[in-house]
Amino acid sequence: MISELNPGLILILGAFFVPLLPRCLRSIYMLAIPIIALVYLSYLPVGEFGRIPLFDMELVTLRVDRLSLVFGYVFLIAAVIGIIYSWHVRDWAQHVSGMVYAGSAVGAAFAGDLVTLFVFWELTAIASVFLIWASRTVASYRSGHRYLIIQIGSGVILLSGILIYFRDTGSISFNSIGIEMFAGQLILLAFGIKCAFPLLNNWLQDSYPHATVTGTVLLSAYTTKLAVYALARGYAGTDILIPVGVVMAVFPIFFAIIENDMRRLLAHALNNQLGFMVVGVGIGTELAINGVAAHAFCHIIYKALLFMAVGAVLFRVGTAKASELGGLRDVMPWTFAFCMVGAASISLPFFSSFVAKSLILSAALKGEYFWPWILMLTASAGAFFVCGLRLPYAVFGGERAKDLKFLHKVPTNMYVAMSLAAVLCISIGVYYTPLYKIMPYSVKYDPYTLDHIVVQLQLVAFSTLAFMLMIKLKMLPVLKKSTIIDGDWVYRKFGYHLAQTLALMAQVSWISGARGLTKAVVKLERLVNTYHSSDSVLGRTWPSGSIASCAVIILCCYLVLFYLA
Amino acid sequence: MDYDKLGRKPLSHSQIPDVKRSKSNSIENSKFIIRILYFICFMLLICDPFIHKHGPFDVEYVWGFYTFCGFIACVTFVVGAKLLRVILMQPEGYYD
Repeated sequence: MISELNPGLILILGAFFVPLLPRCLRSIYMLAIPIIALVYLSYLPVGEFGRIPLFDMELVTLRVDRLSLVFGYVFLIAAVIGIIYSWHVRDWAQHVSGMVYAGSAVGAAFAGDLVTLFVFWELTAIASVFLIWASRTVASYRSGHRYLIIQIGSGVILLSGILIYFRDTGSISFNSIGIEMFAGQLILLAFGIKCAFPLLNNWLQDSYPHATVTGTVLLSAYTTKLAVYALARGYAGTDILIPVGVVMAVFPIFFAIIENDMRRLLAHALNNQLGFMVVGVGIGTELAINGVAAHAFCHIIYKALLFMAVGAVLFRVGTAKASELGGLRDVMPWTFAFCMVGAASISLPFFSSFVAKSLILSAALKGEYFWPWILMLTASAGAFFVCGLRLPYAVFGGERAKDLKFLHKVPTNMYVAMSLAAVLCISIGVYYTPLYKIMPYSVKYDPYTLDHIVVQLQLVAFSTLAFMLMIKLKMLPVLKKSTIIDGDWVYRKFGYHLAQTLALMAQVSWISGARGLTKAVVKLERLVNTYHSSDSVLGRTWPSGSIASCAVIILCCYLVLFYLA
Repeated sequence: MDYDKLGRKPLSHSQIPDVKRSKSNSIENSKFIIRILYFICFMLLICDPFIHKHGPFDVEYVWGFYTFCGFIACVTFVVGAKLLRVILMQPEGYYD
């Protein structure tokens, strides 16, 4: 029975004991839980377990296969890193929601049917919003609301998709779904919202910068990568995902370049990397799916590292806005170094993504997808430009910003978490065999060939050259305090004003309508009064003689008419 | 207890770095680093014809394709972003 427990439940159930423990034990306990889950995971046999009959369906609460294992492992590794990073936080609500969030993401990765997936899917939304609200600012409160509405909306669409899917096929098993059926399209839309597809992505850039320093690290790891996992399982080889992914990979770069808030810049860059994964899912060959899994694995770790580095800066100086930062490299040398490891992991040889992203690119080459390949190359250069050059330069390079206030000392646990992530980034890049061994399909790919190293270095070196020249020529846009409007403008500004205008119009029409109606009623009353009041023509009492003479006149007329006819 | 709810401990006076004393030696002004970068770029460009590529597209075999790809991509992104900024940039607190 114990071997039928979904590993996600270990974290979810474990989280409820966190508030009961004293602080000294809490840190160790919180770290032990995901490690126990990791050990448990490594002993799980492949197969489907935890079958629970429900009405005429059968839930499979634990399905272990190679694809779910990759995501399970990396979700738990991210939990370990995130928990160490947040050790210093005394607010237990954040710890509980963080662990439930991580647990539900792991749970969803091992869900064998769509109903179980839905339950964990919604749980990730509900648990994670507390990481945003925990900032306890008005902006985070509002942003959290928007986040929750969109996430729950995704869940509702997923549920309706599942119901129609069940009606049409009589099955709720979570395997390849495809977009031929309406249900499949609905489920794809639900996954697309969480995966931050173009125009559905705004919740990501809106909410991540409002979360707490430690919360953003966890947020960056789970929701979107869970959606990538769900896409890889349900929609591998769906052609439409290739253009969608390409747009996702290219467009966020433009926004990232002009973004002032460094955490939002990272959110755009995260969106861009998700694009590569979506293209991989769209290509759908074994090589591409391996690429998706490997890239998700590496990306979770190095993006967490970048978020942690920016988080450390935010913690120390109280701002993550480029316009207020600069020249921090000699004040925070270690954070700078970790940030550069995270940046190097995007593209450089001997760092993690070099061995992962190239699987997707070579799948595009093998499938002869010319435009996706070339656009992914440019997006890859752009991602390095943004995260590897723009961000470190804005925060750590250049002139030291004036008016910087050094508020807090960065606690040791943050450095420990960052170094753990940095070590993982480098070790995966150098010794990639273990990563390739856990991939969904067997990998026959050698990333360290001379041509691959050289072309990758060419791409990176000339991006750097372009960056340096643009600094020299003062071509880079100067980052100012600003708001960059994105698709969320539609509902935050246009929709808001539209709703306001409509409300005003309704009010005006109600008032004027009511006034008009009153006038009409008054007029009618007057009209009635004119003829029917007690002293008017039709209302007053007539003498009976006059009635009789009227009758005589009418009869006379009748007689005359009859005679004439 | 001098920690706040988020586990932050305010810095004591001696822990605040002296902003005025530390000199800023900007990376972009270091001629040495820039020369190294030029050298690396130059070497990568001239070694390009000697690298055996095996992709299916002809464009990959153009001399220095990846170098131009990286360079032009970055310039395009920046120029595009600057143009976009004209429309998209609003003052801080735009949504409030």
